[in-house]
Formats: sequence, structure tokens, C-alpha cells
Amino acid sequence: METPEQNIVANLPLTDSAVQPQQEVSPESGVYTPPGESVFETKSISIYYGSFRAVTDVSLTIHENEITAFIGPSGCGKTTVLRTLNRMNDLVVGARVEGEVRYRGAPLYAKDVSPIAVRRRIGMVFQKPNPFPKSIYDNVAYGPRINGERNKGRLNEIVERSLRQGALWDEVKDRLNKSALGLSGGQQQRLCIARTLAVEPDVVLMDEPCSALDPIATGAIEDLMQEIKSKYTIVIVTHNMQQATRVSDRTAFFSVLINEHSDTRTGVLVEYDRTAKLFQDPRDSRTKAYVTGRMG
Amino acid sequence: MAATTGQSVDLREPPSWRRSKNRIATILMVISFVLVIIPLGFVLFTVIAKGISIISWQFLTADIPPNVLPASIGGMGPAVVGTLEITALATVLAVPLGVLGAIYLNEYGGNRLLARLIGFFSDVMTGVPSIVMGLFIFTIWVLHFGYSGLAGALALGCLMLPIVIRSTYEMLRLVPDPLREASYALGASKARVTVTVVLPTALGGIVSGALLAIARAAGETAPLLFTILTVTTVNRNVFSGANTSLPSQIFANASSPYVGAQARGWGAALTLIALAFILMVAARLVTARFARNLQ
Amino acid sequence: MTTKADPAGPAGSARQLSERRPLGDITFQAVALAAGLLVLVILVLIAVSTSQQASSWFSSEGIKIFSSTWNPTNNQFGALPFIYGTAVTAIIALVIAVPVSVGVALLLTEVVPRRWARPIVYVIDLLAVVPSVVWGLWGILVFAPWIQHYYASVSSGVKGIPVLDSLFGGQTSGASFFTAGIILAFMITPIVTSLSREVIATVPAIDREGAYALGATRLEMINGAVWPHSQAGVVGAVLLGLGRAMGETIAVALVIGSSATITPHLFAPGYNMPAVIANEFGEATGLFRAALIGMGVLLFAFTIIINVIARVIVERSGRRQRGA
Repeated sequence: METPEQNIVANLPLTDSAVQPQQEVSPESGVYTPPGESVFETKSISIYYGSFRAVTDVSLTIHENEITAFIGPSGCGKTTVLRTLNRMNDLVVGARVEGEVRYRGAPLYAKDVSPIAVRRRIGMVFQKPNPFPKSIYDNVAYGPRINGERNKGRLNEIVERSLRQGALWDEVKDRLNKSALGLSGGQQQRLCIARTLAVEPDVVLMDEPCSALDPIATGAIEDLMQEIKSKYTIVIVTHNMQQATRVSDRTAFFSVLINEHSDTRTGVLVEYDRTAKLFQDPRDSRTKAYVTGRMG
Repeated sequence: MAATTGQSVDLREPPSWRRSKNRIATILMVISFVLVIIPLGFVLFTVIAKGISIISWQFLTADIPPNVLPASIGGMGPAVVGTLEITALATVLAVPLGVLGAIYLNEYGGNRLLARLIGFFSDVMTGVPSIVMGLFIFTIWVLHFGYSGLAGALALGCLMLPIVIRSTYEMLRLVPDPLREASYALGASKARVTVTVVLPTALGGIVSGALLAIARAAGETAPLLFTILTVTTVNRNVFSGANTSLPSQIFANASSPYVGAQARGWGAALTLIALAFILMVAARLVTARFARNLQ
Repeated sequence: MTTKADPAGPAGSARQLSERRPLGDITFQAVALAAGLLVLVILVLIAVSTSQQASSWFSSEGIKIFSSTWNPTNNQFGALPFIYGTAVTAIIALVIAVPVSVGVALLLTEVVPRRWARPIVYVIDLLAVVPSVVWGLWGILVFAPWIQHYYASVSSGVKGIPVLDSLFGGQTSGASFFTAGIILAFMITPIVTSLSREVIATVPAIDREGAYALGATRLEMINGAVWPHSQAGVVGAVLLGLGRAMGETIAVALVIGSSATITPHLFAPGYNMPAVIANEFGEATGLFRAALIGMGVLLFAFTIIINVIARVIVERSGRRQRGA
């Protein structure tokens, strides 16, 4: 095998001593529950769009089978950071990442890493439900099909399993061949989650998945997240602090640095901790101001 | 699931068949573009190569000689004059009407059924074959008033009208509403707002659209075949008597077996393309200017 | 418009709030409306005045206007050979132009960065600027003599092979259905490309990302997200291209070979509706002229129907995009 493989074939943490999950636990956090294995590690990354620095100096570790929430005011770069985790930002002309992003020990931005392979393992659910203008069945089967699954029986199994995981099966099982665009917003979003789960990803990234939904649909998605958490690692961007406290194990709070001279805004990571700790006993005064609602 | 089964995670390229299919698709797209460039390159090259040697002041002004005469004699003067005067007249007829029609659609019509109908059929009218426009003017005008440059201009005008309406309409839509409101807030009437605020703001785009419509009309042959005929001497009166144009002459000379006539055909083709090209470049320049003004 | 400068500044006397709309405003609206209505008026006039002049053909021949015999010297004016030629040349043009146009449209929207897309669009526009008659001049003096040799070798190559022999075999000529079809393909490529590009560009970015987020390659993304969205619109664009191909006159008149025959041999000379009108109208009188004008009426009807269908499709697909 060629040598680059060494770099980009990530070993599982079970066999990788380089990962040190203890690192992220703040000394003063008191209660210590051992976190799962690390899935992502970013080391002081900065993200640029052209010459504009959108986010600077973000270091955090994301753990297996946990739900990690990114919160912060708009423009703080939380979505930008999320999109670097599955190289979605590659699609934006002029976007680039400095610093190191490791996924299960492998450098995500190494030269011979294929974004296509990355996204196959690290799925994403978007702000607005974006089902393809195809049938419900074809939406879910899309991912397995592009990965070469042609067997009708196995596809049926995958579709049913994914729709069950997406808590949508009972609502749509009689109309799998109807257009996905006929579903309600909440159903469409659950379909998009099922579509993501159908390729059996390792991680699911969610970019404000409930921002376009009503409270009942939001509740359904939150329940769904709790259910699939045992099998997947989830990172969610949300503008809703209650949602972060309801669903997440850990929370990262981002904020905006405004440079007076150049009138530019750059996102920074202010604080990252277990969710209960961050909301009840934040270390940083900016976090405190934000979570107590004194600052938008 | 990879994460719990203890396998390693492979982040390299997906299977080669997926990559190759993707690559083949991309190559096919590039090939399609090459397929477009080749004929274009050939046509432009041939027209320039064959046309450049004959073009001179004499060619652009002298009368059209009989086909049997060699390329060194005579020129395309009457066709140059005819194309200029007929296209100019068509512009005078079609552009103001087209701009007014677009003003109706965007400023007055709104979502009314009539406006939607006019907008729709204006788009449909761009698809009416140019030869049908020629037949139309023949039946409605030439049969009663005879051949003339004006008849040709009417046919070209019918072709230009829907194009001008469409391009102007698109430009008027770009004019931001706050500009209109600012003017209304000063007590201006709708007509005044349109004439003093909307049209000046959109002017660049309107002019550029009109130039492209003119470029298209100047190259049309079919509408002129039964409306102006052809002549061999300059007819300065665009309103009466048969006339000729560059496209009509090219059409006549293309099927001629004589070398001299064919050479004059190439010269006329180069003149015509140069004219269209100048109009197109002018339109681009106006657009660029306009874009800067809007910012 | 009033000629006097408006005296009502901020300091002007309070106007009555019930003041009527100024006459100038009403006049302006009426003139604009009249200009808009002109479109409908012209379309109706085209139908009426050409049908009138063609009525002697319709009434004297009746259903025989669709016969296959075209013999002006015997006063036989069947339009079928020209309808056939129009269909054949338009189909050849579409078969060549549609894949190329959609390919270029995808190249522009999905592959090349915007910076490069612009010069490519200029080149495509340039193709549209070349006048029909110049394509015809080049077609008959340069292209047809050149491609004739290839026709001849293809024709002898397919001898005896069932379907291919009847399509590409037999007598070959530089000026033929196929040459006309190729030239038409060059001419309709710009419009099909630019309309397809517009349709494809309206596919929301988030749909593309949805496919990429599942690990799709570009082609897989196009199949999954772009194509289902733009299918209908591209069909509309293709129909508009078909309308153009059917009505395009002068280039075809020069390169089609001017022979009113119905033959499956694509390399043989043929004729189509616009070309016969352009070539024969000058000498035609009486019933002959009526038949040619009548052919124009048929052409008008065909293209109007196709354009209406195409525009409805394009508009529907546009509305669905915005609504979604």
C-alpha cells in the first residue's frame, strides 16, 4: 500500500494512544464523568473566506456518542466551524482552514483525504429541510445507491430501518413512492435525518435543524436525537439555549470579536464544557452574560 | 457501524468506478464546450480570411455590379446604406414601443390578467419565425403599398418588439422600490416617477438590451426577402421603392456560381459580422458602465 | 405630462387630497397599455392576414394540402415533403444540440468557477451573433463541400446494414437534410444553453449541499439534486430550441438541397417549410403564392403551439422553484 495511507486511514481510538480524552476536562469542573473517545480534535483552527478571517483560534475535542451543542450570537462562526468538520466549506470558493482538524486521529485536511469519503462518514442535516424533489423512498435510498447498493431487498431494509430511526416510518410507510415535497416541514426534516442515517455515518452534524420548525416538530426531532445518540456522535448548532440544555451533553459557546480598526468581526470559542456546568457555573463572564440573557 | 466495530476509517477517495464516472462526466462537459467553439472558430476564421482582402472604401460605397464581374469591380454600397437605414428605422419604430410596453407590464400591469397575458405572449412572439414576419408584412403592407425600406423596417420592428419588451422589463424590475417610493413621497405622479426616476435608473440596461436587439435585427434576411427585394444602386429614400441590405445580398450571392459574386458575399458577411460585433461590444460596455452606476 | 414646473414645494399651498389623477398620468398609462396590447394585436393580425392570403390554397386543396405531391407546374401543392423536412432537420438539430447545450450549461454552473464562466458565456453569445445568412454562406461554400466526402464514405460503409443503410446510405449530397440539421444545431445551441443554464442556476445551494453531505461526487450530486429540479425547465428550453429550429430560414434554405422529396436518407437533399417559402416566393403567383403563404400559416401555428407549451413549462418550473 502507498505511504499516504498511514496518515489518512484513521485508527480507532481503542487502538490509538494519541488520543487523550482527559485533556478537555477543566480542572475546576468538579464532577468528573469520563467522556467517550474523542471523535474530533481541532487545534487552534482559523477559518478564512478569502482574506476575511471568519473564525480564529478554535480548539476543542468532540466525544463519541455524545451530543455537542454549539451556541452563540449570530455571526460568531458556529456554523462555519461545523462545516469544517465534514469539509462542506470546500464548496465555498476561497474558503480555507488553518490549523489542525483531526477526525479519529486522522488529519481531515491532509492532501490525499477525499472530501467525498469524509462526508460519507460525517453526515449533515441543514437549517432548512432540503429533501430532493424525488419520492420519499428515493430520498432515503439515494446515499446507499451512490455507494453502490443495487440490491432491491437490501435497499428496502435500509430504507425501512432509516425511516424507523428517523421516527418517520409509521407516518410514511404507505406513501413511500409519493414526492418528499408533499411532507410537512417537520416530516421533511426527519426525512433528511433518515436520509443521512441511511449511509450509516459515524457522525451527524446538525446546523440549526429546528430553526424552520414549530415546537411540536422540534420536540420530535429532539426526541429523535436522544434515541440515536447511542449509535452516533452528534454535533448541533443551535440559536436556542433551551434546546442546548435539553439535548446536549457538552456545549461550546462562541462569541464575536469586533476589531475596531478594520471593522471586521471574527468568531472565537469562549468556553467549552459540559452543558450543565457551562450553563450553571460558567467560567467566563461573556458566557455568563449570554446564558443569563444579558447579551444577544 | 465503523465506530464501534473496531475497523479503521478510510478517508481516501471513493471506489474508482465512482471517481471515473464523475471524471468522464466532467470530460464530456468540456468536450461539449469544445464542440461549440470549433464551428464558431471556423466560421469566424473563414469569414475574416475571405472577407478581409476585399473590404475597402470602394467596397463599402460602390454600386453592386453584375455577378459575373470579378471582385475588383464594384462593391456593396447600396446594401450598406440599406442595412443602416432600414435597421435605424426599425429601431425608431420598435424601441420606444417596446420600452412603453415594458413600462406597462412592470409599472402598471402588476399581476393583472391582461398584463400577464401580454407578458406571456410577448415571450411567445420571440419564437415566431422571422420568415413569418416577412410574409405578414407582405400580406398586410406590401400588397397595398409596394416594396420599400419601410416595409422591411416594419418586419424587423415586429421581430425586435418582443425582445425589447423582455429586456427592458428585466431592467425595470431591477430598479429598487425605495427609489420609486422616495419620489412618490414627494408627491410625484406615477408617470412622473417612471419618467424621472425609473427610466433614468434603468437606462443603461435598456440601451444595452436595445443594442442587442438591433444586432439581431441587422443580421436578419428572411423578413426582408419579400419586403424590400434587392437593388443594385443606392436608394436613399427608405420610405418608397425597392431597397437592399447586406443579408439580402449575401443570400443572393451565396447561391451564385461566380467567384466575384462569392467574394463580394464574403466581404458583405464580414461587414455584417463586424457591425453585429460592434453593437455587441457596445452593449457590453454600456452594461458595465450601468452596473457601476447602480453601485 | 404638465409643461409647467410643479409649484408645490414644501411651502406650496395645501392641495386638496381629493385631487384627480393628472391627465398626463392617465395618458401615459394609456399609451403604455396600447404599446403592450400591440403584441397581442400583431399576433392576431399575423394569423388573420396570412390566413386570408392563403385561403385559396386551403379551400381549393382541402385536406390535400397535406398530400405528398408538390408540383407547381401542375398546380399540385402538397405540403407533406416540407413538413417532413422541417421535422427531420429539427430532430437532427436537437439530437446534436441538446446534449452539447446541457453539457455546457452544467459546465458553467457546476464545474468552472464563476471567474471563468463569464468568458465562456461571451463565446456562446458570440455564436448567437453570427447571422443566419452567414451560417448559410459558410455552410454552402465551405462546410457542405467538406463534409460531402465523409457522407460518401459513411454511406458506402453502412451498405447492407438494415436500419443504418436506410438512414445513412443511398445517394449523398453536401447540401442535405443532415447538413441543414448540423447548421441548425450550431444556431440553436446558444438559446438552449442559456435557458438551461438559467434553469439549473435556480437549484438552491442547500439542495446541492444535501447531496454533497451524503458523500456524493459531483456527477452523483447532479443526478440527485440538480437534475430532478431542472428537468422540466430543460425540457422547456429544448422545446424553445425546437421552435427555433423549425422556423430558422435562410441558413437552411442555402444548405438543404432544395428537393421536395420524402426519403429516409438523411444525406440526401431535401426541403423544409421556411426554405421553400424563402426560395420560391419570388417567382410565385396565384395558387402557388397562396400555398407558400399557407405554409407560413402552418409554420406559424406549429411554432406558436410549441412556444406556448415551452413557456408554460418554463414558467411552471420557475414558480415551483420559488415556491419550494
